[in-house]
Amino acid sequence: MNPTAPDLNIPASDEREKLLERAMARHHNSGDALIEILHTAQQLYGYLSRPLLSKMARRLNLPPSHVLGVATFYHLFRFEPPKKHSAIVCLGTACYASGAGQLLAAAQQSASEGEWTLTTGRCVGSCGLAPIAICDGIPLARVKPGDLAAVLGGKHDG
Amino acid sequence: MTADGLRQSREAELDRQSRLKNRIACCSVAGCLAGGGDAVRAALAEEVKAQGASAEIEVCGTGCMGLCSRGPLVRSSAGEITYAEVKPGDAAAVVRSDLDSLNGRILRQSDPFFAGQRRLILANSGKVDPEKIAGYIAQGGYQSLLRATSEMTPEEIVAEVKKSKLRGRGGAGYPAGLKWELVARHPSATKYVICNADEGDPGAFMNRSVLEGDPHRVLEGMAIAGRAVGAQQGYIYARGESPLAIERIRTAIDQAQREGLLGGRVFDSDFHFRIDLRIGAGAYVCGEETALIASIEGKRGQPVLRPPYPPESGLWGHPTLINNVETFANIPQIIENGGDWFAGIGAPASPGTKIFAVAGRIRNSGLVEVPIGTSLRTILFEIGGGVPEGYEFKAAQTGGPAGGCIPAQYLDVPMDYDSLTGIGTMMGSGGLIVMDTSSCMVDVARFFMEFCMDESCGKCIPCRAGTVQMNEILGRMTSGEGKEADFAMLEALSGLLVEASLCGLGRAAPNPVLSTLRHFRSEYDAHVRERRCPAGSCRMGASA
Repeated sequence: MNPTAPDLNIPASDEREKLLERAMARHHNSGDALIEILHTAQQLYGYLSRPLLSKMARRLNLPPSHVLGVATFYHLFRFEPPKKHSAIVCLGTACYASGAGQLLAAAQQSASEGEWTLTTGRCVGSCGLAPIAICDGIPLARVKPGDLAAVLGGKHDG
Repeated sequence: MTADGLRQSREAELDRQSRLKNRIACCSVAGCLAGGGDAVRAALAEEVKAQGASAEIEVCGTGCMGLCSRGPLVRSSAGEITYAEVKPGDAAAVVRSDLDSLNGRILRQSDPFFAGQRRLILANSGKVDPEKIAGYIAQGGYQSLLRATSEMTPEEIVAEVKKSKLRGRGGAGYPAGLKWELVARHPSATKYVICNADEGDPGAFMNRSVLEGDPHRVLEGMAIAGRAVGAQQGYIYARGESPLAIERIRTAIDQAQREGLLGGRVFDSDFHFRIDLRIGAGAYVCGEETALIASIEGKRGQPVLRPPYPPESGLWGHPTLINNVETFANIPQIIENGGDWFAGIGAPASPGTKIFAVAGRIRNSGLVEVPIGTSLRTILFEIGGGVPEGYEFKAAQTGGPAGGCIPAQYLDVPMDYDSLTGIGTMMGSGGLIVMDTSSCMVDVARFFMEFCMDESCGKCIPCRAGTVQMNEILGRMTSGEGKEADFAMLEALSGLLVEASLCGLGRAAPNPVLSTLRHFRSEYDAHVRERRCPAGSCRMGASA
């Protein structure tokens, strides 16, 4: 686990807690809204730590195993702090047919350790621009393996 | 809002638009934005301001115009011209309608890509700003809801939908009217309407584009459904991976509530209807209706055995109507023009139009809306412009991970639910991916099997363990280690998954394998018996 907090412009600790409390109150501390609340918590903290999950379980009056079970079921929830940069290689069918496999291989080779969280996406909905990768929110359309590798190799410093 | 209010609001917006000399609508959905559409729109707005023409030229956003591969697209109402591949530097030329300097990037409505389509669901895309409710109202929006609440009884609405013979656009094609009737007839006092916007098929972006480009159409369809079945609460379950669609739905719900088109006493009637948004968190199986319901209830998105079906016992045990985005988007026009009108479009057994997301090795990729029953050849080679020079068509993949591949000899198949099932694939939600001869079909089957394996929820053993086994076999085959006995094993496992899986994910997971085995058996043989990949693109081909 990376102990350093990610630089994501997240509000100070107590402020986050207040916002999360408010989100839970808005849903009347109801377990039905667990997924909404997990989304809010991840937005505020960048990821879902075990202590955070336990706290939510207590607040929502749910067994901790239920909260962990729900959170780990869904791909979008993270349990480790995100790194400084994020890259998504789309593996939708159109991208796959246009060589996303090679793109991913190049990205895996070049993504510098500790700097990039590299994930794959299942269709980002821009199939006309396949293959596509999204680096720090910026879509790279019809990207070639070499160009993506260059971005991930550290030349891109945000 | 009252009936008069709706009319006034419509007239005011039409009047405002008629006083403009030109409306420059910039595509503002995911595809064109990824290509730099935001900067283009900003440059156009800047240019109009610089020319001091803000009073007579409006620059606005709009929904998907279809030709995503040539984006960013900009449409000018003066002359109905669409400009392709617009860059911020072209702003002055677009504003002045200087056609010479945009030569080669001018598209007309008479071009085969546009002329070959029949855009009903996407009628507003290219005209209406998805972030402004006035634009939707100006095009006749919410008139159908007005009719449904003031002139029609719930029974009449259901009858009209039944008459239209509209089939669910989520993939299975279940008649929408029958589903509505089941929920409407249920005596329960509490009922729900859910819009399934968890479009998860890789290569499918129709629903997302409808929500991003014309969200009010879906809200109106849901509200009409609520009126018809007796529900007061609706939910849209949207995919967490589509942030723009989520934002647009939120904006649209707020606007509709503010205008009194959703909420209490809609059009001064006794009809109350609220819509809330629920956001998925990345689980493909949540497109299955019982898994989706579990997810809205805040649980793991695992399906449960049906029956009982949701119309009987759905969200929190109450009768629930679940339809797909595109199904709801069809409703306003059915109420406006009547079920008979709709039943006359497209194929007799499955009327209406269908949006396809055409992508892969094709000249014009993007969104195409055609009457159901249009041939695959027309979609790909007339509207789609065919495969680019230097490539040869090999197969079209439909139906996503639950579908199959259509080889060249079936290019004339009419694209309707039953014809596609007949050749071993399915309509699915509308993804249509073109592959050329460099695609290895065994690898394509492996790609989808890996997808199903990753997305299996793990509840039932046939799907959880079967997808792993099948993925392993296909992996072996594409690495040159396939065995003769693998064929029998693949077929046995396929039968097991189809027969014994709990939900549609497992039952349909073998489809890509079965369809490629049926149409491309020789490619499998080459991998296993000759240890070579004819296409040269799978792992084995790449290393050889």
